[in-house]
Amino acid sequence: MDRHYMDSQIKGVSTGTTILAVTFNGGVIIGSDSRASMGGSYVSSKTINKLIQVHDRIFCCISGSLADAQAVTKTAKFQISLHSIQMDSPPLVKAAASILKELCYNNKEELQAGFITAGWDKKKGPQVYTVALGGMLLNLPFAIGGSGSTYIYGYTDAKFKPDMSREECLQFATNALALAMGRDNVSGGVAHLVVITEGGVEHVVIPGDKLPKFNDE
Amino acid sequence: MLEESSGPGWQSEEVKTGTTIIAVEFDGGVVLGSDSRVSAGQTVVNRVMNKLSLLHDKIYCALSGSAADAQTIAEMVNYQLDVHSIEIGEDPQVRSAATLVKNISYKYKEELSAHLIVAGWDKRGGGQVFVTLNGLLSRQPFAVGGSGSSYVYGFVDAEFRKGMSKEESQQFVVNTISLAIARDGSSGGVAYLVTIDEKGAEEKCILGNELPTFYDK
Repeated sequence: MDRHYMDSQIKGVSTGTTILAVTFNGGVIIGSDSRASMGGSYVSSKTINKLIQVHDRIFCCISGSLADAQAVTKTAKFQISLHSIQMDSPPLVKAAASILKELCYNNKEELQAGFITAGWDKKKGPQVYTVALGGMLLNLPFAIGGSGSTYIYGYTDAKFKPDMSREECLQFATNALALAMGRDNVSGGVAHLVVITEGGVEHVVIPGDKLPKFNDE
Repeated sequence: MLEESSGPGWQSEEVKTGTTIIAVEFDGGVVLGSDSRVSAGQTVVNRVMNKLSLLHDKIYCALSGSAADAQTIAEMVNYQLDVHSIEIGEDPQVRSAATLVKNISYKYKEELSAHLIVAGWDKRGGGQVFVTLNGLLSRQPFAVGGSGSSYVYGFVDAEFRKGMSKEESQQFVVNTISLAIARDGSSGGVAYLVTIDEKGAEEKCILGNELPTFYDK
């Protein structure tokens, strides 16, 4: 709840946002909306990409202050590449998430950004990690974040099943994003989704008018 | 916390029904539901409070916000409705009850902080649900309120369908309250349900351990 409060109180450009990542049988889907707002009343960008690729099979999505998030992810991307070269193998998702966590924890006074890291590695397959505002790292089957996530806690709790198929998971993530964008005024635009599997990475973009509609819209 | 405190928190904090309330129309009546937690700051002062208050035989209201304000409004409207129904010689309309609640909420909008959802059955309009937040009056197919409602907006948006049967509506209400209790610290305890149709009002209480559970990570 703290993060929800922070997101819409942050001065300057913030990604009042909805982000999520969900594991399925064989991969993970990471998704977000595309709106960046200033102070909750001005949309500074309708089509910002909040899904940052930090390595071949590892993405992270950002919420909170846009500037902080970009700075942290650029630093993390560099550190992950270095780590991967030193180990001579693709990095573990846990390693990438840990690097982000270290940055958030050590700079917790100055930073106001939260991350969800998702990806696939050979050791543990598809994984989702969430790094909260103060620097806590948690491994979960799925994670939601950003101001819009408050509204879909009930929906995701009710509808998530472990080991879904790729199509079921895509539908689940799309529905969750659509519902959050429908209720949160600082989330909106298009839905960006990335499907990460052993075989590769696939981007899916769903424009606002093609999102699933519910009852009263 | 090492501060000088003047006694336990509940002696100085305002008593609120930080809560989850919901009302749903179905074909032939309405179902109202609520949790049962009343908190004063961090303390739970009543864990079994029934927040569904009778306004008339077939009209109930669900209380949220400041406990004292909400109860007082409900009692005042109960009295005013009794007088009104004697004057017109028959059962009052749900809209009349909602209007009486709205009049008080609007007139004393600065002093009061309570939100009542009014729902019931009358022979002219069947089952009806009205919201009276901040002094507005609006009829809706379903309504949610209280602090726990934020977490279940996504769920109710996705799951509500017009024309559900009585049993489906009851299940929908119970599911929603369970999900909200799971995420909202100010909601908890048992779930109270009231089903109102042509024949009358039926009250039910579902204990905490009998509430439906969903996938829990």
